[in-house]
Amino acid sequence: MKKFLQEFLKGVFKENPTFVLVLGLCPTLAVSISLINGIGMGIAATFVLLGSNIIISMIRNFIPDRIRIPCYIVVIATFVTINEMVMKAYSPALNRALGIYVPLIVVNCIVLGRAEAYACKNSVVNSFFDGLGMGVGFTLALILISGIREFLGVGKLFGHTIVKGFEPVLVLSMPSGALLLIGLLLGFFNLINKNKP
Amino acid sequence: MKNKLIVCASPHLHKDESVSRIMWMVVLSLVPCGIAGVFIFGLSALWVITLGVISALVTEAGLQILSKKKVSILDGSAFLTGLLLAYNLPPHVPFWIPVVGSFFAIAIGKQVFGGLGQNIFNPALAGRVFLMASWPKYLTTFTQPLNYDAVTQATPLALLKEGKLLGDFSYLKLFLGVRGGCIGEVCILALLLGALFLFIRGYISWHIPLTYIFTVGVLTYIFGGSQGLFSGDWLFHILSGGLILGAFFMATDYVTSPLTRKGQIIFGVGCGLLTAIIRLWGGYPEGASYAILMMNAAAALIDRFTKSRVYGTK
Repeated sequence: MKKFLQEFLKGVFKENPTFVLVLGLCPTLAVSISLINGIGMGIAATFVLLGSNIIISMIRNFIPDRIRIPCYIVVIATFVTINEMVMKAYSPALNRALGIYVPLIVVNCIVLGRAEAYACKNSVVNSFFDGLGMGVGFTLALILISGIREFLGVGKLFGHTIVKGFEPVLVLSMPSGALLLIGLLLGFFNLINKNKP
Repeated sequence: MKNKLIVCASPHLHKDESVSRIMWMVVLSLVPCGIAGVFIFGLSALWVITLGVISALVTEAGLQILSKKKVSILDGSAFLTGLLLAYNLPPHVPFWIPVVGSFFAIAIGKQVFGGLGQNIFNPALAGRVFLMASWPKYLTTFTQPLNYDAVTQATPLALLKEGKLLGDFSYLKLFLGVRGGCIGEVCILALLLGALFLFIRGYISWHIPLTYIFTVGVLTYIFGGSQGLFSGDWLFHILSGGLILGAFFMATDYVTSPLTRKGQIIFGVGCGLLTAIIRLWGGYPEGASYAILMMNAAAALIDRFTKSRVYGTK
């Protein structure tokens, strides 16, 4: 049990996909404008990660080595399609807000990265926990970034005004501000990790 | 006699200059246009300048203490950044604008890169552009000159952009600074006095500022007129906006401009080109700050391509 917990926590902290591996920055920059978008994107990516990790580790012994990437993509695309259909049916507003970035999860480097680096070499249960950890890590990073961006850039959280009279820092709701913020957070987490023994 | 005889390798020329001395000299050369700005726009301008400078010094000291570096707020560089940032602001902004702007300029524009000498972009301009992107409402509200009641008035360049310029600015008025604008940019006479001082002391060379201003003049003369080519009011373009302040005091920043003479000419022409393009065809009435920042990003590349040949090599 402890080993599984380790696999899970690894994705959240030590190998956090956004702040340590620096993967999946494109959706991070694009959808982190509001907290609800960030959470939605995080959950969608976690679902795809879990599904693709499990299936790929199941069939890892049957996939010919030379065409493994197309095989992974087919598996990933299946889950992304399921995900998009469910989203369209049950939360069309979120689907509209995330737009093109939902189908683009297919080429999200976190998903393909975990398939290539982990799921194709490890057992199903391990891959499950790896996918879950990575997904949760990605979601937490998105919550942090989109929370700061929505609070400072628009002056709201979940669409509600928090502090009256606060003049929002408009630049943070723009892509340039997102880049600045991610750079600063990256530096901050590097600083913390550096000081750890 | 001890320590009087210093044994060292050549060159043995010695000049009694230091970074902090140059910084304070530049600050000194900026005093006249500050006084002119306060005279033209009233005491509110003095508050903006004071807050900008204090915030820059406090931020620099605070970050250096936090990162356990030597506190170097007396070298004048943070003072200069705060001063230049305040000079780039309208005179009646809310008090927190210069405070936040200076904080950003020092923290993100300079210390994140490693402090003095390491930054890619001119910190004061980075601070200004950050404020411009975040609170455009305050950064584009200018007030009438010589009227201390904060009556709003657009800058000459903004009026030109909207086609509302009706010849109410004579060249003399523009030269003396009787117009709406940022605190430090309006009085061309005082700016030129300061620039002359820097020229005479040899702290800046003609390469960047003159090519910059010349390029803007030529381009606005050719393309800036309403009656076809070669009918633009080039003198108006040179005398209005932040061009003179930017050209003499910000484009010439040692850290963020090319080192070679040839590179400095390319840098000046590039700044002029971008400024003219933004003014004539861009969305903003004034583009000096963006032009200088963009060329800052290219400074290292320009240096690489204009590196002089070391004597004796191929």
